[in-house]
Amino acid sequence: MVHMCTVVPISLTVGANRIVPTVAIPHPLGNPSLNREDEKKLRRKLVEKALNALQTEVSGQTVFE
Amino acid sequence: MTIRIVHYINQFFAGIGGEEKADHKPEVREGVVGPGIAFQQAFGEEAEIVATVICGDTYFNENMAAATDEVISMMEKYKPDLVICGPAFNAGRYGIACGAVAEAVVDRLGVPVVSGMYPENPGVDMYKKSAYIIETSNSAAGMRKAVPPMARLALKLARGEKIGSPEEEGYIPRGIRQNEFAAERGSKRAVEMLVKKLKGEQYVTEYPMPVFDRVAPGPAVKDIKKAKIALVSSGGPVPKGNPDRIESSSASKFGRYSLQGIDDLNPENSETAHGGYDPVYANEDLDRVLPVDVLKEMEKAGEIGSLHEYWYATVGNGTSVANARRFAAEIAKELNAAGVDAVILTST
Repeated sequence: MVHMCTVVPISLTVGANRIVPTVAIPHPLGNPSLNREDEKKLRRKLVEKALNALQTEVSGQTVFE
Repeated sequence: MTIRIVHYINQFFAGIGGEEKADHKPEVREGVVGPGIAFQQAFGEEAEIVATVICGDTYFNENMAAATDEVISMMEKYKPDLVICGPAFNAGRYGIACGAVAEAVVDRLGVPVVSGMYPENPGVDMYKKSAYIIETSNSAAGMRKAVPPMARLALKLARGEKIGSPEEEGYIPRGIRQNEFAAERGSKRAVEMLVKKLKGEQYVTEYPMPVFDRVAPGPAVKDIKKAKIALVSSGGPVPKGNPDRIESSSASKFGRYSLQGIDDLNPENSETAHGGYDPVYANEDLDRVLPVDVLKEMEKAGEIGSLHEYWYATVGNGTSVANARRFAAEIAKELNAAGVDAVILTST
């Protein structure tokens, strides 16, 4: 499992092992100030980061910056 | 001499607004605001709340380092003898803000801090070592009960008096050991405890073991192009109309929703049920919480094996740990049965 969230300290406290930091609390996987196209690109990048995290062996809690 | 106190509260308790104002930047006001009135009454003449620093919970959590600096520099000007944070009850972001401010006050201003939180607030585990956190109920309805022990402990700390045990003072144990003289020697106490334990009688340990809720990391996905990926979220993403009526806070259930025929989340087919953040952006385009559009594209392009047909959602807003644990166990069981290889869990 990979946890995508904005407040990384909470994720660390609750014990997630693969963590991908996201954009903002009300829109973790988007940014309303961008146009639709750029926003989707941003979302794709974050999802790719999450998939990469899933494919990475970790021995403990790891934040994928 | 009157004890000088500075109070930290969020935008909600300052009366500025709810989630739509949670990006409010730090500001300082002279004197009491909101719950400060009750504290001032409890202090009487002995202490004065000279200023109140207010910050929106989302602003604080998204800009933790900068917000902490701003808040501390505002507080510093008022030369406090003590700082009160909250109480934050079970509001997670507020609890973290209170805890982070408390830690910085202790470190940088060198004065004591009293806060108040519900034991399950994530701010407790993160900051109980830094500050005294009085145990409160899980909602603001418990304000009247929270103020007296917080005020009492604050005055004791400001006067430099000896602080009693967590049970005596009402604060959450900080994990700090203190030497004290006992009437009986350790070996005798230990044997007595053991005898009680063997007899099945009640006994009180002198050193509770910490509970670490940790799991070993799952192995890496070998071939993502063959993997079945599922989406799970605590951000409340639900089909339009919230068919299961998942509660906007303190959720008692989770939902399972089909992605069949859905390539993109939009205001016609979906919304958020979450009451703990400004829903405007999620309701405009729920892909911002649950990245269905991108994963569907990746599925079509063969970049992932497949996207699991169902997504799972609950609302992580003051939700009890017991409920969250139960949801997780049930969801995990279903995902395993469906042959899901990996999960992307999103949180707001």
